[in-house]
Amino acid sequence: MKSLKAQGHLFASSDVQMEVLNKSDHEPFDSKLKDAGLYPFKPTGIDIFQVNLGKMCNQTCKHCHVDAGPDRKEIMTRKTMQQCLDILAVHDIPKVDLTGGAPEMNPNFRWFVEEAAALGKHIMDRCNLTIITANKKYNDLPQFFAKHGVEVISSLPHYTSVRTDRQRGDGVFDRSVKAIRMLNEIGYGIEGTGLELNLVYNPTGAILPGPQETLEADYKRELKRRFGIEFNNLYVITNMPISRFLDYLLVSNNYENYMQKLVEAFNPNAAGKVMCRNTLSIGWDGYIYDCDFNQMLDIKVKSTAQHLSDFDFEGLNSREIEVNQHCYGCTAGPGSSCGGQTS
Amino acid sequence: METYYKPEDLKKFGNIGEFQKKLADKFFDYYGEVFKEGALTGREKALIALGVAHAIQCPYCIDAYTSDTLEKGCTEEQLMEAVHVAGAIRGGASLVHGVQMMNQTKKIMM
Repeated sequence: MKSLKAQGHLFASSDVQMEVLNKSDHEPFDSKLKDAGLYPFKPTGIDIFQVNLGKMCNQTCKHCHVDAGPDRKEIMTRKTMQQCLDILAVHDIPKVDLTGGAPEMNPNFRWFVEEAAALGKHIMDRCNLTIITANKKYNDLPQFFAKHGVEVISSLPHYTSVRTDRQRGDGVFDRSVKAIRMLNEIGYGIEGTGLELNLVYNPTGAILPGPQETLEADYKRELKRRFGIEFNNLYVITNMPISRFLDYLLVSNNYENYMQKLVEAFNPNAAGKVMCRNTLSIGWDGYIYDCDFNQMLDIKVKSTAQHLSDFDFEGLNSREIEVNQHCYGCTAGPGSSCGGQTS
Repeated sequence: METYYKPEDLKKFGNIGEFQKKLADKFFDYYGEVFKEGALTGREKALIALGVAHAIQCPYCIDAYTSDTLEKGCTEEQLMEAVHVAGAIRGGASLVHGVQMMNQTKKIMM
């Protein structure tokens, strides 16, 4: 499967996506925030520096909001990574969250992790698992992660191969199980080792996710019983109606119902705890966004500091967060963030 | 196309209160209570609802509880087993009357 960009698809343009999202007559997201007493929407701090190391990936998942894939060549340069490190060195931002694409495919990935770890940061890597088995040069990633105490966060949309492969591609489930075994072998996901392996569930279709606690219990039981593998926590995430998932919703004639569900499930409590309130998202080219979704829709932060080269901690910490209709995806029901359900 | 069942009508279920509010309110309160977690989990109740939806062949309920069971983490296999439970009970309900047919046959035949 090719990326939307390589296909020359209309949704390769964020403007076209925004047009679709704003065409329906659902209540504007900002007016929901006003009703909840949360407008203007402001940060509660900057605790997480989420860095998108590039859009290149060894997989082309059907729901990917990044439109990542092997044909995407956008990669963060070492110079931009150094800018990130310079900022991290002087500001009290405790967590660095690495994402992509497959962040490990960036040729400077290991150097960046080593430098960030040397600064005493807690590093999270959003690893798609199959990269570990994709090529010999990645086979020692588990040992590398362990050496630097990296928290590994990996998508596994279901504990059955049918559902996982339907979303992530043929054979992805089996290769993911193999990678989890490699991680388990050195202690990842095993209680008491301190090496965290957290899995991510997101629905394989136009439905909202169920309760995190129940799904985590199902995953733990079934993955142990069927494959003898273990993990620490399950993060349950709602699919955002953007990029490839937006395309799927429209093609399958599920868009209106899905949006209606998200709007009806708006939860003010979840809205107060969304990740954009304590995160900055950095694009592969050094531009700054409120979250990874705004990044993919090219909605930059409302600040004079829109690029790493103009970084202004205080200015960014007091900015107004940019919201639009896709934000309903993070505030539905128990809420959704990169760390799972929020309330 | 004009049809008896319109998928968009499911969203209007709450509107039945327009003609008789008191009884609708009582029904929806009861409905909400029934589906709360209790001695049975929400997931178990949703699977029962899916099975019953097939037994009574309600297309609105089938749509609603297909989504609900999937959202509650059920697998496709579990959904189909719930449908088979409905099928077994419906089929069994017909077949068990075969005993009555046999009784009558034995009564009237030499």
